[in-house]
Amino acid sequence: MTIEIPAHMRKRMAVTTMTDPKILGPAALDAFKKLDPRVMIRNPVMFTVEVVATLTTILFVRDIVVGNGGLGFALQINIWLWFTVLFANFAEAVAEGRGKAQAATLRRAKTETVAKRLADVSATKWTEVPAPQLRKGDIVLVQTGDLIPSDGEVVEGVASVNEAAITGESAPVIRESGGDRSAVTGGTQVISDWIKVRITAEPGSTFLDRMISLVEGAERQKTPNEIALNILLAGMTIIFVFSVASIPSFATYAGGTMGVLVLVALFVTLIPTTIGALLSAIGIAGMDRLVRFNVLAMSGRAVEAAGDVDTLLLDKTGTITLGNRQATEFLPVAGVTERDLADASQLSSLADETPEGRSIVVLAKDKYGIRGREMAPLHAKFIPFSAHTRISGIDVDGASIRKGAVDAVIADVRALPQAAREIEAIAEKIAKAGGTPLAVAKDGKLLGVIHLKDIVKGGIRDRFATLRRMGIRTVMITGDNPLTAAAIAAEAGVDDFLAQATPETKLKLIRDEQAQGKLVAMCGDGTNDAPALAQADVGVAMNTGTMAAREAGNMVDLDSDPAKLIEIVEIGKQLLMTRGALTTFSIANDVAKYFAIIPAMFLAFYPQLQALNVMQLKTPQSAILSAIIFNALVIIALIPLALRGVRYRPLGASAVLLRNLFVYGLGGVIVPFVGIKLIDVLVTAIGLA
Amino acid sequence: MTFNGWFQIALYCVVIVLLVKPLGGYMTRVFAGERTILSPALRPVERLFYRLSGVDERKDQNWVTYAVAMLLFSLVGFLTLYALQRFQALLPFNPAGQSAVEEGLAFNTAMSFDTNTNWQSYVPETTLSYLVQMAGLTVHNFVSAATGIALAVALIRGFARRSAKGIGNFWVDLTRCTLYILLPLSIVVGLFFVWQGMPQNLSAYTEVTTLEGGKQVIAQGPVASQEVIKMLGTNGGGFFNANSAHPFENPNAITNFVQMVLLLSIGAALTNVFGRMVGDQRQGWAVFAVMGILMLGGTAIAYWAEAAGNPQIAKLGVDTDASALQAGGNMEGKEIRFGIANSALFATVTTDASCGAVNSMHDSYTPLGGLVPLFNIQLGEIIFGGVGSGLYGMLLFAIISVFVAGLMVGRTPEYLGKKIEAKEVKMAMLAILILPLSILGFTALATVVDAGLAGPANQGPHGFSEILYAYTSGTGNNGSAFAGISANTLFYNTTIGFAMFIGRFLMIVPMVAIAGSLAAKKIVPASAGTFPTDGPLFVGLVIGVILIVGGLTFFPALALGPLVEHFAMTAGTLF
Repeated sequence: MTIEIPAHMRKRMAVTTMTDPKILGPAALDAFKKLDPRVMIRNPVMFTVEVVATLTTILFVRDIVVGNGGLGFALQINIWLWFTVLFANFAEAVAEGRGKAQAATLRRAKTETVAKRLADVSATKWTEVPAPQLRKGDIVLVQTGDLIPSDGEVVEGVASVNEAAITGESAPVIRESGGDRSAVTGGTQVISDWIKVRITAEPGSTFLDRMISLVEGAERQKTPNEIALNILLAGMTIIFVFSVASIPSFATYAGGTMGVLVLVALFVTLIPTTIGALLSAIGIAGMDRLVRFNVLAMSGRAVEAAGDVDTLLLDKTGTITLGNRQATEFLPVAGVTERDLADASQLSSLADETPEGRSIVVLAKDKYGIRGREMAPLHAKFIPFSAHTRISGIDVDGASIRKGAVDAVIADVRALPQAAREIEAIAEKIAKAGGTPLAVAKDGKLLGVIHLKDIVKGGIRDRFATLRRMGIRTVMITGDNPLTAAAIAAEAGVDDFLAQATPETKLKLIRDEQAQGKLVAMCGDGTNDAPALAQADVGVAMNTGTMAAREAGNMVDLDSDPAKLIEIVEIGKQLLMTRGALTTFSIANDVAKYFAIIPAMFLAFYPQLQALNVMQLKTPQSAILSAIIFNALVIIALIPLALRGVRYRPLGASAVLLRNLFVYGLGGVIVPFVGIKLIDVLVTAIGLA
Repeated sequence: MTFNGWFQIALYCVVIVLLVKPLGGYMTRVFAGERTILSPALRPVERLFYRLSGVDERKDQNWVTYAVAMLLFSLVGFLTLYALQRFQALLPFNPAGQSAVEEGLAFNTAMSFDTNTNWQSYVPETTLSYLVQMAGLTVHNFVSAATGIALAVALIRGFARRSAKGIGNFWVDLTRCTLYILLPLSIVVGLFFVWQGMPQNLSAYTEVTTLEGGKQVIAQGPVASQEVIKMLGTNGGGFFNANSAHPFENPNAITNFVQMVLLLSIGAALTNVFGRMVGDQRQGWAVFAVMGILMLGGTAIAYWAEAAGNPQIAKLGVDTDASALQAGGNMEGKEIRFGIANSALFATVTTDASCGAVNSMHDSYTPLGGLVPLFNIQLGEIIFGGVGSGLYGMLLFAIISVFVAGLMVGRTPEYLGKKIEAKEVKMAMLAILILPLSILGFTALATVVDAGLAGPANQGPHGFSEILYAYTSGTGNNGSAFAGISANTLFYNTTIGFAMFIGRFLMIVPMVAIAGSLAAKKIVPASAGTFPTDGPLFVGLVIGVILIVGGLTFFPALALGPLVEHFAMTAGTLF
């Protein structure tokens, strides 16, 4: 048996794993290229290591020339110092590697296309121009099989478009003029019909261009938290400069001398090289995890903010409930049987192709065995739903059936106050239960109400409970009236809701939350979402959305799945946790390194300090060498963790912290004792020191 | 170690804990400008001060103005004290006829009292007139303490306020602290001390004939009044050279106990002020717990090391065990009336708290016993610490701890709802950097130049410890010493003077900057995802960070001083 993997999944899986030689090869090369001091200076800790490694190398060369002894030991220390720097560069290069591979794939979508430029929207003749020459405001015609030459907005026509080049999703989507589905992306392909597109991006700044530079990390800027962490690491480095630089005087006082090499070895092992080496890799990998998740973050700052989100605004439809409502009940007025109501309802819905309409037919059949009827012989006249009347219906065999919003139907049939009150009472009961009432009338007489129910997505309740444990408040946004909203909110388990939401109330809600110091995340797709998306700390625009929405948000979800906000928050948290965990680990490591090097370096004049050699390392040389080898190797060992990220568990802050402190704090103290001892045994066995 | 010893230590801890809430509540009201029991008497005085000095008590200062006011006040205080010493021969209240203090020493002493260090390179009773002791030193004992407390309150306001520009008014904080807190307590306890036998007079020294028929000059003076504030303000500068080991400065076990209580009381109560002002007293107790655990740990090690004594002496067949007839252990440099437990406790708390008063000679401690005070100061005087300075120092460590570990809960770090960002980290690191720069830098200098090497009385690692302790004490604004060192030289007076300056002011300025930056921030409401800073986990974390950062910074120096001395001692070599 073979398992069919959907095409888009295959495509995503093609994105390489870390051990792919296609990534490791170039990364190894990049590790050397990154030795350029102008690049290194961005990373203060590793730059310091490079500087001292250069210094000891110069001293080493001098020793060769002068013919001093002890060259073997010096050579090894030098080699490991350079390895430390190279490993750090390698970590960063590997992290960048995946993005680069992906950028290369995207570049292929950017093949030179020839655009059919029109003089204006009504023109029928086009001139062929190369896509890069298109300017903002140009109108182009795109026909079946053509690649859309640049980003733009459909101004005329409807077409199905394959956006696989961007989203990896091969199922075509509809793009049409007007409304929220008018945006098209350069590099995607029209597979049927034609559209006229007004170009909205200058060459070089299209969505595809931005996407390439984002996944490639070309514009990567340090995020605020990364900057703060870098300051901390630089500060610690300076503290260790003082600690180590004062040692020669102390040694002189004690009647000994101290070689530069040993001091450098102590210094390099003490400064936080582990986190210094992996810090940028962690950041890149965080962005990359989002990309593999088909979410594009416009900046690392947005990813960081995602981890901090306190309030999540979620649209009801599509996120909390299934997109469509279903009929669950027929509630007749007095004097009408359920069956009569069901019959009239079914008849009026036969021509109604909406999911709600179909669910009425299905319910009538399931509950009362009313079979589907052929429409043609009935000579029925179908009255379609319009947003203006809010009523649809059917005229058949002289009977006229109307169904629609309760108040609209009441007004339409000019119902008597008493009948109207009865219907309203039923409707209110439905609304209180979170349903939508649909009144049905036949020949001017009210028959009853259909209960349309929002179906809350399976498992969503648990997800909100998880979010609550993460300390995140969820707010449901809906256009429903407060009664309905409250019922659905209770069923879905959200913490709060905003009913009868308008773009203005949404924006106000975000501002209010932010005024309390909270960070807000939301997603949206329509043009009227743009202000709220821009105001939110994390605004995820759906890829199907309008250009305005995509410009306003700081993330774009290529799959247009609003439920993904939750994962985005988790990825943000993971990024921050990984940073914290490796910083803690790095600092905790120093304890063991001191116990390795301090006794070794002072042994010559204070043999009593042998008591501090708790690891029983063989010789001073082997101790120092082992410490520096451990220090370099731990970087390589932690690259996978840096790229994968520390797993986030929604247990609440205390439990998460306790766990991580135990693993990375306590572990960070213990692991190097074991590691250095093992390396010492090995180094001594091979006879390196 | 004896049951009696531990019982006294436990009793001491209980009294400190009991004082935290009432004193903290009172201080919070004072700094909030609310009515207190003393307001009817003191409020008119307070208002008079403002009217005379043209201070508008309702006007808040931003952090720059606050810091500048503090620096100017300290500068004027420094210059006045320097002048007083240089001209004391021409001024009144000088019955012993002391001559002008030499420049280097006057600089050192002025800086010492201006920075709340109270390092004394001189023998007070043969150097200073009563006027300098009272109008110079005692005044500084009050205002340098009040300055520290004011700064701590300013930092707390940074945490407590939201989206605010100001962090309080330095002149108001200084006045209120002195008037409502330090003065009343000093008067009451001062009278108690007089009752317990401390001198309080302006008489000339008395010359007496001893039982052996020799002549002895008995120094005296306004002792009790300086003694209270010496402890209460964690100043530590003794009226006499022997400090609290002198029978006039510390006559009996009760005064010794009261002195130790005074020493920690304000520092401990400030944690409660912190808790109250940020609106959650548990936050204060968490900080208190960090301090308390570190203090108990230090006390236990010091007590154990001193009670165990020197194994080499025991090997000679000398009975060093504690018994009904003797204290046992290492009694060198300790007063018989205080014994080992009270000496070890005093040594620990005086260095926890940047006080520097001593009732025993730290230089005579066993290597590990002496390591405790040394390491206490090197941690940054944050275990209760100097009044005010202890709390703000501790909060800097809390900020760093929260920054590192807070990330591990998956949020950018925040403490009490304030986001800890690049600016706070930068300033906190700057403040923390100052300590090793000054301590290790000056020690490295003094251990290689002849002027420095001339100081220590002992050879080898112990001599090294004496130098290291001097700069540690100066930078940490503690003031106690491994007194084997002869520090009254131009080299030591100058370098330690600068160490004191660096340790005080170069730490304060970044700290006030943090206060300003925090005050301007919004407060993020706590949620289940927020790193809780009021539980045992936080307490353990901060302790871990303090010990690791402090330990890592000073490990090489400590290895070459007390540690090597300890291993040598067990192997039979003494220095």
